[in-house]
Amino acid sequence: MKKNAPGQRGLLQKLILAPYSVWAALFIVVPLGFVAYYAFTDSNFNFTLDNITRFFTATSTVTEGEITREVHTYLLIFARSLKLAVISTFICLLMGYPMAYIMSRSSSRTQKVLVTLIMIPMWMNFLIRTYAWMTILQDTGIFNGLIGLIGLGPVHIIGTEAAVVIGMVYDYFPYMILPIYSIMAKMDVKLIEAAKDLGCNSLGVLRRVIWPLSLPGVISGIIMVLIPSISTFYISQKLGNGKFYLIGDAIEGQYVANNLHFAAAIAFILMVILLVCMAFMQRYANKKAVVA
Amino acid sequence: MKKIIELKNVTKSFDGEVVLDNISLDIYDNEFLTLLGPSGCGKTTTLRLIGGFETADAGDIIFMGENINNVPPHKRNVNTVFQRYALFPHLNVFENVAFPLREKKVPKAEIEQKVREMLSLVALTGFEHRSVTSLSGGQQQRVAIARALVSQPKVLLLDEPLAALDLKLRKDMQQELKKIQKATGITFVFVTHDQEEALSMSDTVVVMSEGRIQQIGTPIDIYNEPENAFVADFIGESNILDGVMLEDRKVAFSGHVFDCVDAGFGKKEPVDVVVRPEDVDIVAEEKGMLKGVVTSVTFLGVHYEIIVDINGFKWMIQTTDFVDVDEHIGLYIEPDAIHIMCKSEYSGMFGDYSSFSNELDELSDAESEMDE
Repeated sequence: MKKNAPGQRGLLQKLILAPYSVWAALFIVVPLGFVAYYAFTDSNFNFTLDNITRFFTATSTVTEGEITREVHTYLLIFARSLKLAVISTFICLLMGYPMAYIMSRSSSRTQKVLVTLIMIPMWMNFLIRTYAWMTILQDTGIFNGLIGLIGLGPVHIIGTEAAVVIGMVYDYFPYMILPIYSIMAKMDVKLIEAAKDLGCNSLGVLRRVIWPLSLPGVISGIIMVLIPSISTFYISQKLGNGKFYLIGDAIEGQYVANNLHFAAAIAFILMVILLVCMAFMQRYANKKAVVA
Repeated sequence: MKKIIELKNVTKSFDGEVVLDNISLDIYDNEFLTLLGPSGCGKTTTLRLIGGFETADAGDIIFMGENINNVPPHKRNVNTVFQRYALFPHLNVFENVAFPLREKKVPKAEIEQKVREMLSLVALTGFEHRSVTSLSGGQQQRVAIARALVSQPKVLLLDEPLAALDLKLRKDMQQELKKIQKATGITFVFVTHDQEEALSMSDTVVVMSEGRIQQIGTPIDIYNEPENAFVADFIGESNILDGVMLEDRKVAFSGHVFDCVDAGFGKKEPVDVVVRPEDVDIVAEEKGMLKGVVTSVTFLGVHYEIIVDINGFKWMIQTTDFVDVDEHIGLYIEPDAIHIMCKSEYSGMFGDYSSFSNELDELSDAESEMDE
């Protein structure tokens, strides 16, 4: 048999790969190209950097009580999106990590049940879930009714940042727990025993073995929660009563206003920022994995 | 000799199934002790009890005079070499070995020095910065040993550490482990199902079966003076026959009365008689104490392994003299080649080679490697 040179693929392999390559080109590369193309052109499709500069320089005035200040419109929106997304991601991680660990250590029957329970909300339509939270969090909603029973509240939640964060956490929690869980479930129990054997107490085992080994899961969990929550527009509109204009709302707004070029520019900038963040995170994970 | 670990009437069951049935065992300072038995005999459970990964249902585990039943693994001055090494994949060779020292907050310079010392002991100098996943099985094994020894435990527990290595490497590692044990003076408790490994490395062998200790002794004792049919069969090859003790130093089996060296049994007491295959001499048929027909001959290099049918009981005999299949031969057995054992629950279960084949033997070996 003739041996193929490294990197040289057989005809069969090429044929098998062909549909995927076409698919990837058609649905990933081409749209991305379009986004970039729109971002760097004006309405006559002439090259321009105006859309990009507008994102960084556009200002508007906000009135808070008696003080009126001028702010960078889109930078402020971006900062707000980032803040809410980071808070949500952090809460997801804080709740998801211990739960993933407990799941991975329970019997295989319990594991199946828990995974199903976590997945079930994902089978329901995203809009319905968000509407459900609207009714739960209203001033006269279920939540206030419940805490009213024990003599608390009512708490005004709907229309606050807290409501938006609750919505994001609820919607994206499975994306945090599942990757962490799948890594932990594969972890060799013998490694934990070895760490104990070599002098680690439970905290030491967590810090020196479980955490570094689960980092890839944590990183993908963070990415999978951070990205949709930074670009969501629906949750903030419904649960934030539209008071918290997020970057996703900005893109939607520009798009609806038929301002495709600026919408593309915002999307493009968001993408670049996220890519840079991800690259840093991966590097951190790799470095951590070697040294620990 | 100083006792370092004592197991006293230890019992353990999993899901209602008794894995260890009231075992008692003393482990002495500086000895190489091997727990030997087929899979499911409880040897690994015994090791895990000492390591602290299981708790006994009943009985006591004493470590240097102190009861350690409820002491967690990280507080026991005992380290384990796990079956598939359990090296930390996110750490390099150096950090794997340094792991226990960092936990103890040993000063940096001391860590550096101790790890290098350990790596040179296991012949891995120069591998400090290699990833453990890039190492061969034998090298990973050495890292695991270095990691377990670096904090100078009183006792090192080894759970079938050589099972995953190929034969040649296994032989080398046996020698090396023995050398390391001698050099460090640390007590080794070694678990294996490989009787040859047990005999060649140990000071003391503990033969286990079905959650009970069958015999504790030196390798020579275990081989020459097995206590029951299980031990005789499990350690090496043996022909185990039904016999009757006629009087001291006289035993009858296979329709012949033999002189032997054992005494102290009751008159006419039924016994199990062990004759090792290498202790039987082949003579002309008319000169033999026993007479039989050769049914199979296998050439094994150092000797032939022949199966001889004597009144329906198949004997295994190892000889350097060639005999042919269907040849009628006589057997001659010296008195000191005959070992007498009391009857036990294992009597009659082993000892006949009528279903013997080399292939079958290998199959059962492979089976027992997938231990617990």
